[in-house]
Amino acid sequence: MKKIFAYPRALSPKRTHYCPGCTHGIIHRLVAEAIDDLGIQERTIGIAPVGCAVLAYEYFDVDFLEAAHGRAPAVATGVKRVHPEAIVFSYQGDGDLASIGMAEIIHAATRGENITVIFVNNTVYGMTGGQMAPTTLPGQKTTTSPYGRDTATVGYPIRVCELLATLDGPAYLERVSVHDPQHIIKAGRAIRKAFALQVAGKGFSLVEVLSSCPTNWGMTPTQALRHIKEVLVPYYPLGVFRAPEEVSGDDA
Amino acid sequence: MERVMMKGNEALAEGAIRAGCRFFFGYPITPQNEIPEYMARRMPEVGGVFLQAESEVSAINMVYGAGGAGGRVLTSSSSPGISLKQEGISYLVGAQVPCVIVNVARGGPGLGGLTPSQSDYFQATKGGGHGDYRLLVYAPGNAQEMVDLIGLAFDKAEAYRNPVMILTDAIMGQMMEPVVLPPLREVSPDKPWATTGKKGRSKPNLINSLGIVGEDLERINVELQAKFARMAADEVRYEADGVEDADLVVVAYGTSSRVVRSAISRLRQEKKKVGLLRPVTLWPFPQQILAELAAAGKRFLVVEMSAGQMVEDVILSVNDRAKVTFFGKLNGTVPTVKEVYDRIMSLLPEGGEE
Repeated sequence: MKKIFAYPRALSPKRTHYCPGCTHGIIHRLVAEAIDDLGIQERTIGIAPVGCAVLAYEYFDVDFLEAAHGRAPAVATGVKRVHPEAIVFSYQGDGDLASIGMAEIIHAATRGENITVIFVNNTVYGMTGGQMAPTTLPGQKTTTSPYGRDTATVGYPIRVCELLATLDGPAYLERVSVHDPQHIIKAGRAIRKAFALQVAGKGFSLVEVLSSCPTNWGMTPTQALRHIKEVLVPYYPLGVFRAPEEVSGDDA
Repeated sequence: MERVMMKGNEALAEGAIRAGCRFFFGYPITPQNEIPEYMARRMPEVGGVFLQAESEVSAINMVYGAGGAGGRVLTSSSSPGISLKQEGISYLVGAQVPCVIVNVARGGPGLGGLTPSQSDYFQATKGGGHGDYRLLVYAPGNAQEMVDLIGLAFDKAEAYRNPVMILTDAIMGQMMEPVVLPPLREVSPDKPWATTGKKGRSKPNLINSLGIVGEDLERINVELQAKFARMAADEVRYEADGVEDADLVVVAYGTSSRVVRSAISRLRQEKKKVGLLRPVTLWPFPQQILAELAAAGKRFLVVEMSAGQMVEDVILSVNDRAKVTFFGKLNGTVPTVKEVYDRIMSLLPEGGEE
């Protein structure tokens, strides 16, 4: 009988520390499936962020480096320059990537560094307890915007894919979501494509994944998924913002 | 072997290449620009990587990645830039990633100036970043030592899996002197602990400084401290010149040791008993020899281009057994031979003459 579903080899068989209803687990799985599909587990090197995914190295069965907050793209650059044949990816949250690590991500992107970035956007600092992030939506309540994000005093959220799309360096930029099975499948395709482009030496790839945080949003897991669909997606439109000619479009 | 005239900074850069360094990440800042500029020209010739980072912060984190992946990696900067690297240096120590960091120091605090200085001694030897840690710190005294110590620094960094710092200054970096260069070495990045991809290993390698469980963090620190103790026991280097029969021992390193040497040379012609103790490692500090000289009744003068930083280690080393006097020039100027000569003369006992 043909085996059609199995635990990914690139994922360690461990229980994660993520909160109930958090979609990090789904995203980890999609990354591991891409690594399996491409047969690159033995030459993949991951860079863990500071944030909820700080322990990502516990969950992937590949070599890993734990970076300082925001610095994963610089660490990935160092690794890739020593081992150009390795497949190097960073896995970063929105505080890590779009706030303290903005310089690192922009410059890795503009250099066209041949790495893959998995950017998990849940509009909040999760691990530190739900503070305002650079991606927190206008009016969104967090522990450091208890009256709702006031754009008059703290400005507006940053749309990372759109920002990076102004640069000539990136090869591939796509925003996806994991709020229902259909979108999870699409997200998996995007992540696989990002890794495949790196294998082909095409340069910098980033997939932004809209993700849930039931704990810090104060919602049930199902409410949180609905919140992604109804509130996050309208503000952070899904789609391809940059792709090489031969792989542009959703079905490439 | 052939002797060539080189600027200190370029001698250091070529010394690094000869020692097998194939990765350089840096950011422009005066007075160390000759190092990245030299590397930008030279690295492609040896199949290495030169990359100008977007900041000092990124540069040191590229070093973390490259060193963690097993590469022989260098970064250089000057004082304010070294301050920016401190977080990264702390991570490098915590994750036991070897690398070499060069500080061609300039005056501070703040933006300071471009003139040579020794006021980063505390930062280099006492930590600098967060946490309980030490760097092996070398202070070259001439261009030849720029070459020799950078080679040694790479070997020690990998032997201990710890960052090593070269602390020098604007004069040492800019001055030209003859040097003899060693042959070119190649060093493989394939190290058993490095993140190279797990091919051939059942378990993945991890470069990490996180110890989220208290006992784990304690265990990491116990391991680090044991390593620092080994470094302290085995890696002390210094030059002792005429200290045995000296009444006064002058302690100085780097540029100030050169001024002191000139003053001492004049004093010796006048039959004064003055010696020079020049630490080559600033950490570990040559405590033992200073303690022995103190026990033998010597007095000490410490000369630095700072408000007095290494002098604290001299005082700790002699531990109340001897008188320690300090002469410092604050950032911006270098002590003259005459100033040091006069200060030594004022400290010599009656009968200082033979």
